[in-house]
Amino acid sequence: MSTVFIAFQNTDEVRGIVEAIMDDNPHAVIDMQPGMVKINAAGRLVIKRASIEEKLGRDFDLQEMHVHLVTLSGNIDEDDDEFVLAWKH
Amino acid sequence: MDMPAKKLGLKERYGLLTRDLHWDTTYQPMDKVFPYASYEGIKIHDWSKWEDPFRLTMDAYWKYQAEKERKLYAIMDAFAQNNGHLGVTDARYINTLKLFLTGVSPLEYMAHRGFAHVGRAFPGAGARVACQMQSLDEIRHFQTQIHSMSVYNKHYNGFHDWQHMHDRVWYLSVPKSFFDDAFTAGPFEFMIAIGFAFEYVLTNLLFVPFISGAAYNGDMGAMAFGFSAQSDESRHMTLGLEMIKFILEQDPDNVPIVQRWIDKWFWRGYRVLTLVAMMMDYMLPKRVMSWKEAWEIYAEENGGALFADLARYGIKPPKGWAQACADKDYLSHQAWNVFYNYGAAAPFHTWTPSAQDMDWLAAKYPDSFDKHYRPLWENYTEMAEKGNRFYSKTLPMLCQVCQIPMFFTEPGDPTKICYRESEYKGDKYHTCSDGCKDIFDYEPEKYVQSWLPVHQIYQGNCFERGTDPTAEGFDPLIAVLQWYHMNIGRDNFDFNGIEYGKGSEDKNNFEKWRAMSTGNM
Repeated sequence: MSTVFIAFQNTDEVRGIVEAIMDDNPHAVIDMQPGMVKINAAGRLVIKRASIEEKLGRDFDLQEMHVHLVTLSGNIDEDDDEFVLAWKH
Repeated sequence: MDMPAKKLGLKERYGLLTRDLHWDTTYQPMDKVFPYASYEGIKIHDWSKWEDPFRLTMDAYWKYQAEKERKLYAIMDAFAQNNGHLGVTDARYINTLKLFLTGVSPLEYMAHRGFAHVGRAFPGAGARVACQMQSLDEIRHFQTQIHSMSVYNKHYNGFHDWQHMHDRVWYLSVPKSFFDDAFTAGPFEFMIAIGFAFEYVLTNLLFVPFISGAAYNGDMGAMAFGFSAQSDESRHMTLGLEMIKFILEQDPDNVPIVQRWIDKWFWRGYRVLTLVAMMMDYMLPKRVMSWKEAWEIYAEENGGALFADLARYGIKPPKGWAQACADKDYLSHQAWNVFYNYGAAAPFHTWTPSAQDMDWLAAKYPDSFDKHYRPLWENYTEMAEKGNRFYSKTLPMLCQVCQIPMFFTEPGDPTKICYRESEYKGDKYHTCSDGCKDIFDYEPEKYVQSWLPVHQIYQGNCFERGTDPTAEGFDPLIAVLQWYHMNIGRDNFDFNGIEYGKGSEDKNNFEKWRAMSTGNM
């Protein structure tokens, strides 16, 4: 199965985002690189607003991720509650 | 009491703020308002099927972009206030910024123009909005890159006239002609060229190693603009992927047209990335990963997943894919060798790798480095130490399409230079590879017009006005460098100095200032 990935700048806020993603995606793997953190996952990765809010202790709009994003790979499906990366095959 | 209206969901907001703003014109026919939408042969039946998965609306766009800018400028100020330029690994690193400013930043400006143009050309509102955002992103990248690198211009050589150089210097015609080629294509081809092939398939190879490299080498300024630009790139990549899926889903007749563009633009983009390959393996004092490793992660693995996903439309991986994968063992070494050869004619410094660097290269390239390239670098170093630093004084033959000197080797034989030849209207044209030859042969009327720096120099078009090539003692190379606005003796030659071992001005200044910043000289 193909791998999807998403990478963020390594910042204070991103630490909470990454923790939430890792809780929701047990199959995901973290790859630390200089200045950034990349998360690889076979097939599909889901990012949930509620989980991030829990970690950050405040309201979070998934579009706030734009400020921290470095790169990603896979087809995106986004609504107010979830941001999903997946390959269709 | 009125209850407050329920907040609209993301999908509804996006729908209202994009396609609901669109109308079909009635005073003028649509095909006159959008005259470039059909001549390339791409058939679009229903623009409302276009989906922007990020569903970013203009108001949210401004909000997040403003936040990115505030973050970026705070870092840039801090960097300048703290003499950040003295915190980088060593002065060799600064040459990667010279290459970036002259070679890449002007492309950001062209991308700004290109996306403004194609956004205007598309009859669909969703695509128009996404292109408008990308156009604004690109001019932001251009401006922030100039701004953050301006701090280096106060202290180091070679940063002073990058746009002038971009339009003239021999190796800068490689990125320049790449973008000019895309910009002069139709709107759909531009989207496949830049939005898909470059942004989606290849941009990670440019930006991610560059930014990580900046971070690793202590350059907070370049790291900050790089990350800020890259935060937009995810949106650009997504636009490219959505565009190609949209075109392919609209009509099966679009598939062969798109496939040909993928073949062409993968190869064009891959050739431009030659400059990144040598930057990663030779120019960064502290290396993040090798070109080969980056290629395996971002091209082979990620591109493999992408093309497996697109196979359902009948799309195949680009024609040159296998060769690009096979060349990963050789590309950076061959490129840096050419720049070392022409180190007198480039406005940045070149050098041979140290013994430690060569051990790193040998470990990363076990199948090619010790066999083909270590002996070369050892020989160059020995020559330089004996006072005979090698500079090539003759001009190389350039590929008619990618405009890179013809140094690439035959598939499967890294010891034999690859030459391809085509004939058009009685003239012969040379290309560096099967990939570039295919591109030339399909559109020769476009590529015969290439502004090839070497041809132009030999035709006498690259001297300052008033230069007399018949004057006694005329040195054509010096005259060309003057026309480039290079500070001869400061911007160019070996990092270790014109007189080898005495140091270039950049090297010496960096060492002196660093000593001053850590002691009480």
